[in-house]
Amino acid sequence: MPLVLPGEQISAQHVNLKLGPGLLQQPSVDGKSPIVSTRAGELHHSANRSKWWIDSNSRRYVPAPQESVIGVVIARSGENWRVDIGSAHVASLDGLAFEGATKRNRPNLKVGSLLYARVSLAHKDMEPELECFDAQTRKAEGFGELKGGFLINCSLRMCRLLMDPSHFLLPLLGSRFPLEAATGVNGRVWINSKEPRHIIAASRCIEAVDPDGGGMDEAGVKKFLSSMDV
Amino acid sequence: MPRPPSPSIPEKEFVYGALKEKLRVDGRLPLEMRTPTITFGPELGWVECALGKTRVLAQVDAKMVKPLPERPLEGIITIHSEISPMASSDYEPGRPSDEEVTITRMLDKVLRRSDVVDKESLCILAGQRVWHLRLTIHCLADAGNMLDCACLAGVIAFKHFRRPEVEVVGEEVTVHHPSERAPVPLSMHHTPYCLTFAYFPDTSTAPVLDPSHLEQRLSAGLLSIALNAQRELCVVQKAGGVPLGADEILGIIDVAVDKAKELDRLVEQRLKEDWASRTVEVR
Repeated sequence: MPLVLPGEQISAQHVNLKLGPGLLQQPSVDGKSPIVSTRAGELHHSANRSKWWIDSNSRRYVPAPQESVIGVVIARSGENWRVDIGSAHVASLDGLAFEGATKRNRPNLKVGSLLYARVSLAHKDMEPELECFDAQTRKAEGFGELKGGFLINCSLRMCRLLMDPSHFLLPLLGSRFPLEAATGVNGRVWINSKEPRHIIAASRCIEAVDPDGGGMDEAGVKKFLSSMDV
Repeated sequence: MPRPPSPSIPEKEFVYGALKEKLRVDGRLPLEMRTPTITFGPELGWVECALGKTRVLAQVDAKMVKPLPERPLEGIITIHSEISPMASSDYEPGRPSDEEVTITRMLDKVLRRSDVVDKESLCILAGQRVWHLRLTIHCLADAGNMLDCACLAGVIAFKHFRRPEVEVVGEEVTVHHPSERAPVPLSMHHTPYCLTFAYFPDTSTAPVLDPSHLEQRLSAGLLSIALNAQRELCVVQKAGGVPLGADEILGIIDVAVDKAKELDRLVEQRLKEDWASRTVEVR
């Protein structure tokens, strides 16, 4: 896994080449590779060298289509909602992009509500757009308003780790107390549990495990949890 | 770019609810401070101070200037502080936010107008040459309570700084290079520490010391107290509209006195450790 810096040429070639985050295709000049990196990080590729991406950690989210994010409603503009997803620009969410929403029956969102949504459009020259259902089936699929609970901010790598089912943290927390979690890849994790001290414990564990901060391992978290009275 | 959105409804409800049960999101007690981490740089007067994830860097440098005509016997101290978007994406360059104005004014009150450094000792030759101390404060990361962190960094930087020794014979001023004669510490009157308490809209919720970013955003008022370990109050500043009784403020000041004493012990110990690790060569 070589480290690359922004602007480096990447010798990625395949008939069915797919570029992931941090890579950009440019018009080819005098036989040089048209693929350049746009961020610093580790360069990865799939086993058959058809998919390439750069893995890096950051705190600022850059929207990409089909990613699940957690947003905060900040305003209403006509039919749409303006939602802050931690990116450079505010995203817009169609008032009808919910399961079962019609012109008459619209979800009752307030300014400050939390939403679990999917980025449906992310173009560099346009505002990102969100939706709270699966566009094909028109079912919620878990998206929608998040009520109660607490929002935890973490680094982008941390929330990708939490999304990984084989990561130890959420199952470990779940074995100690019942909890609900929704992870957005924009560095936000929503946690709900009955007892506030459980939510606080989960929040502190996520912060401790975050590779941007403590980077604690499983044994460390177990010790940390037992010191916390949960 | 609009102003940063205020915390969401679930965050607000959870923080208020937890604070009622005397629980804080980072697991601290209501009147518990994050322990400051103090790092000294290679140069004297270069200090990085961290309260949790809040980080502030302070640097002092000195140069010789002509004094102001109305104060020929006093040195000059200036404080430069700017909060750049490096600290947090909430801040914009160029346009000072309310918080930045508060921090700048408070730093001026705590570090300059409370006479921390003896200005007359900075005079070299009356009316002709004085030291001009410049304190630069860089806010590196904001995770709440940047004011206390900046004040702490600034005061430690003054304590850590040493100016070159000067010799005056008649009208002639000789500045000795640090390798010739050991630089001398600044003559300081006292060391004030700033402590900030956050008050919440629900008056039954107890105030919290050293608020985190979220607590600060959700607070209805902040009370900043600057005082030294000798129980001398320098500044009491209250921002926000929470009504407070006199006895409440006196109670909080008693808490602040204890914390200032703790801080003073920590700072003195760290300065001593740092000084022991430095070898000053004098030929």
